[in-house]
Amino acid sequence: MSFQPVKFYQTGTFTVGNRLLEPDQRSVQANMERTNSLNSGHRACQGCGEALGARYAIDAAMHATNKQLIAANATGCLEVFSTPYPETSWQIPWIHSLFGNAAAVATGIAAAMKVKRKKGLVGDVRVVAQGGDGGTTDIGFGCLSGMFERNDDVLYICYDNGGYMNTGVQRSSATPPAARTATTMPVGPEPGNPFGQGKFVPAIAMAHEIPYVATATVADLRDLEHKVKKAMTFRGARYIHILVPCPLGWGAASRDTMKLSRLAKETGLFPVFEAQYGEITNSTKIRRLLPVEEYLRPQKRYAHLFGKTPAVETIARLQALADKNIRRYALLDKEAN
Amino acid sequence: MNKPFAITLNPGSSLANRTGSWRTERPVYVDRLPPCNNQCPAGEDIQGWLFHAESGNYEKAWQHLTKDNPFPAIMGRVCYHTCEGACNRAKLDEAVGINSVERFLGDEAIKRGWKLVVPTAETGKHILIVGAGPSGMSAAYHLRRLGHRVTVYEAGPMLGGMMRFGIPKYRLPRDVLDAEMQRVIDLGVEVKLNAKVDNILETMQTGKFDAAFLAVGAHIGKRATIPAGAVSKIVDAVSVLRSMEHEDKPMLGRRVVVYGGGNTAIDVARTAKRMGAEPIIVYRRTRDKMPAHDFEVEEALQEGVMIKWLSTIKHAGDSSITVEKMELDANGFPQPTGEFETLEADSVVLALGQDVDLGLLNGVPGLEVTDGVVKVDANMMTGHAGIFAGGDMVPTERNITVAVGHGKKAARHIDAWLKGEKYEAPAKHQLATFERLNTWYYSDAPKTVRPMLDVIRRQSTFEEVQGGLDETNALFEARRCLSCGNCFECDNCYGVCPDNAVIKLGPGKRFEFNYDYCKGCGLCVAECPCGAINMEPENI
Amino acid sequence: MLKQIEGSHAVAEAVALCRPEVICAYPISPQTHIVEGVGEMVKSGELEDCEFINVESEFAAMSVAIGSSAAGARTYTATASQGLLFMVEAVYNASGLGLPIVMTVANRAIGAPINIWNDHSDSISQRDSGWIQLFAETNQEALDLHIQAFKLAEELSHPVMVCMDGFILTHAYERVDMPTQAQVDAFLPPYEPRQVLDPAEPVSIGAMVGPEAFAEVRYLEHEKQMRALELIPAIAKEFKAGFGRDSGGLVRGYCMEDAETVIVAMGSLLGTIKDTVDAMRAAGAKIGVLGIVSFRPFPLDAVRAALMGAKRVVVVEKTFAVGIGGILATDIRTAMDGIKILDYTVVAGLGGRPITKKSLHELFEKALRDDLPALTFLDLDWDIVNKQLERERKKRRSGPAAENILRDVGSHVAQHS
Repeated sequence: MSFQPVKFYQTGTFTVGNRLLEPDQRSVQANMERTNSLNSGHRACQGCGEALGARYAIDAAMHATNKQLIAANATGCLEVFSTPYPETSWQIPWIHSLFGNAAAVATGIAAAMKVKRKKGLVGDVRVVAQGGDGGTTDIGFGCLSGMFERNDDVLYICYDNGGYMNTGVQRSSATPPAARTATTMPVGPEPGNPFGQGKFVPAIAMAHEIPYVATATVADLRDLEHKVKKAMTFRGARYIHILVPCPLGWGAASRDTMKLSRLAKETGLFPVFEAQYGEITNSTKIRRLLPVEEYLRPQKRYAHLFGKTPAVETIARLQALADKNIRRYALLDKEAN
Repeated sequence: MNKPFAITLNPGSSLANRTGSWRTERPVYVDRLPPCNNQCPAGEDIQGWLFHAESGNYEKAWQHLTKDNPFPAIMGRVCYHTCEGACNRAKLDEAVGINSVERFLGDEAIKRGWKLVVPTAETGKHILIVGAGPSGMSAAYHLRRLGHRVTVYEAGPMLGGMMRFGIPKYRLPRDVLDAEMQRVIDLGVEVKLNAKVDNILETMQTGKFDAAFLAVGAHIGKRATIPAGAVSKIVDAVSVLRSMEHEDKPMLGRRVVVYGGGNTAIDVARTAKRMGAEPIIVYRRTRDKMPAHDFEVEEALQEGVMIKWLSTIKHAGDSSITVEKMELDANGFPQPTGEFETLEADSVVLALGQDVDLGLLNGVPGLEVTDGVVKVDANMMTGHAGIFAGGDMVPTERNITVAVGHGKKAARHIDAWLKGEKYEAPAKHQLATFERLNTWYYSDAPKTVRPMLDVIRRQSTFEEVQGGLDETNALFEARRCLSCGNCFECDNCYGVCPDNAVIKLGPGKRFEFNYDYCKGCGLCVAECPCGAINMEPENI
Repeated sequence: MLKQIEGSHAVAEAVALCRPEVICAYPISPQTHIVEGVGEMVKSGELEDCEFINVESEFAAMSVAIGSSAAGARTYTATASQGLLFMVEAVYNASGLGLPIVMTVANRAIGAPINIWNDHSDSISQRDSGWIQLFAETNQEALDLHIQAFKLAEELSHPVMVCMDGFILTHAYERVDMPTQAQVDAFLPPYEPRQVLDPAEPVSIGAMVGPEAFAEVRYLEHEKQMRALELIPAIAKEFKAGFGRDSGGLVRGYCMEDAETVIVAMGSLLGTIKDTVDAMRAAGAKIGVLGIVSFRPFPLDAVRAALMGAKRVVVVEKTFAVGIGGILATDIRTAMDGIKILDYTVVAGLGGRPITKKSLHELFEKALRDDLPALTFLDLDWDIVNKQLERERKKRRSGPAAENILRDVGSHVAQHS
């Protein structure tokens, strides 16, 4: 666990709030006065993980920066559902430019703020860039890498829902193997998304040796908030990769958004960890290890694995990926298990 | 700011877009009935008082508890806590130690001198209660709380009834019993000790009572016909236990045979052990058929009580008894085998159950007595208007908690009857089942075990066997409560709503849905740890 | 102060005098010397309170510029050719968002075939991007236009491209009059953004706009450029008052008083044309020159007024719209709509092909005789073209045209590429 877990308190660490804790130990989301950086009335689908993740992350960043925050947003679901003319859901200074340039736009904002601060015109205004997995791991990757390499003072947050959901659920480089998308249909000898080499951007971010890299899911709010707040204690390039289920794209019930995030982590398919300057410093341990089927089954994008003849081999390959994550990121607590 | 048209927008302006219109189902907050509350014979709001204990507000917890049951310190010792058997947490790890927290609260109240709520207005009605046992004193408390004048007539010399004369002090120390009795007296309940009521109607008339609640208990030990020699010593268990409260302790000898398999048999055997005897229980069936609670059997065995299973006493001599071995038939009933055995015995204590002394009811019209107990209707009223009854003297499971529950129930009905009304209990909420919980959110926390007295000391002293929790582990134990079916303000719904459609109303005020924006995704329902949100179809 | 310096350095110094706050750059010839110049000034501290960011691509350069401009910083970048094309998406975005970024385009051809030499294909390709485009004739004008561009951009809240011919201007050492900081400060006030990302007054910039308002947003952008038609001459006038020089404006005429034949062109080519015209004037030809400074907004009225008395117009342009012909010429024709003037389009200087006075002289002489086709390719080597056409006729797979041509023109050229 990347922070002091709450022990012996009925619900411990995992609920959003905990009336038994001192106010300063409670989560940002539990606060009646939370910013609601992403306001009601946005047009995200029911149960949207990205809408939730964005509010969690940006509210936490607002809290950490005393509301001195500007956000740059890549094109994608988050942008489209939050800012269709004539209404915006954002309550913070926010800009959307293009699909692939959020990191660079944020660099520009950070540069402007640096100069203006030097001139005494503004206080310590911090910058976040945010985008989906398409805008981050694919089209925005060049700008992202550039921002990392220059170590610009930007926190980049990727909301990973594993595909181009806004355009109708096409495959991205973050789409997991075997998943059905509109461009990787479950047909032919290798149904669903092919098993490629993978492109795990948190690891690539670590290769840039930037001050802080973390992964998180919307299911573990305290962990997520901790990471955003911690990211804000660093200067330079920071990257947080948040898994956000997409009920539409994953073919899941809208009420299952949290459950699926939890299962992604508990099966080991999505490793949750922190790294500083290229070294892993912490991994959030799996609490109740489960086989990958538990995660795959509730999602229609994997339905073809569970047909009349279950795709045992494919499931085994996915399990192997989870097992590899568990080893590589030390996801099991040796003492506890 | 002179903003460019259309591409630059005012913050938060999406509030104009009421996404609530997308909804086909709406979440609704509900309260469900926790299985512990559902199970409690005394009708305690267990989840309710644990809620306050969880935050360390023990006095508030105690006040909440005593709304239903004025005797938490007693309950925390003698209640068989079937609530824990129903506890949903048992399916997760182990049941919440409700009983131990209740005892902690009870002890804390005695230690700190917390007072029960005094009635604010007097009704002018006067109610007679016969019997100062758990049922009678519970009724006295509840009736007093409702503003009635209450007078308790007790045949014995002390308060407590079976709590004193039936339960050994190693299970219920007398200072605890006295303290909780006294607290009820302090509310202004009058008590007449050594005042046996021989004729209820006469007593009511003389005292100008408006109603009566009878709770005389079952104090007459059942006898069995055992062929016995002239000098053999055969006594009944209730008498033995009662005499423990007096100066002249019973003389049972060294080898004491206890005949029976109920809790009283165990109590009397363990009592005999503490007095230096070598008790042996003779029971006609097997351990799993024994009506006594298994933990009590276990404790007795630990203390060195011997049990002779599958045996009946055929004859009692002056220093020995003859037992016949039994075997269970296909239906589990014991059948004689014709094999006999002789056991040394200085005395035989019969623990075969108790009967009620119904002498006071002679000549009361309308009463119906069946199998030695008084029939009452659903309102605890006997066939004679104005006379109510409860506890061991009515058809029921006989234990302290049930008796306390009868007292409360009777009090409510008496109160209504006096007003010429009928008490209607509020409709029960739907049961909060385990399936409705989202147990991911609860910390892993195994049950706290209460300390037990060393066996050596249990064999020779009447010190309390089971210890209590201290503040730290009582708090821990309280916080193991899952709050099944009742919001405990974990903020999950408030947090997990992607549309900020949950309004947090502040501590103690819970939450409200903002249906202008709720899209009906159901995340709050799925992620509510305690299952206190329902999804209901939207009427379109 | 008079200085003998390289065009790129002159521009770098002028940009520095404008006190930019964020400069981002990605190297591409022939723009490199400009950003190297400002970069060094930032690094040395000569240019204070400015962030110089070495980005990883032109797309990032314009994106960083978008961010910093939206955050209220005076922002500058420079590019050319392929680089401009690589940033196109962001170029459109900057104008769509109305961000007053100033960008130098060191004009260069666009490949394939890859070519680093000068023509106007790059910036002209961004004709419809919404940016204002000003073309410099000389290094002095390039320097001056940058100072004017910041003022214009910030007045309108709209981006401005200053176009200067690659190598011909950027790498040419010429004498320029470099203004003082005080002069520039007096002319150019600090940037006061029209919209800004500010935690104290949050807004969302860059909303998604649907059919209900998209056309209006576009019209308003057009309206800004129409306002620029008034603002550009006004700023040029103000500039003259402060700096004592004619620079900028919409169009600039030369020997136009009695000109029957008017040569229209943009950029440094105007110098060669003027020399040629001088010689022909001396020989009695009634010929004049109209230089277009503001290509976008296109000054239809000013052009029309200037050409009103002419008999014929020859548009010499360093661009070519494959499949139709001239680009500038098309706009000129629009300006002359309804006026009976003969017009000729001449495509010249593509990919750095030298435009000699001799060739121009011959061309203009032909024009005076109305002996020109509607579309002329100046100094096109028909021999080479015909050879290749012949090859292609004979053989389906005749090999890459560019390489074949290089072989035809001789190995010494091939070695240079």
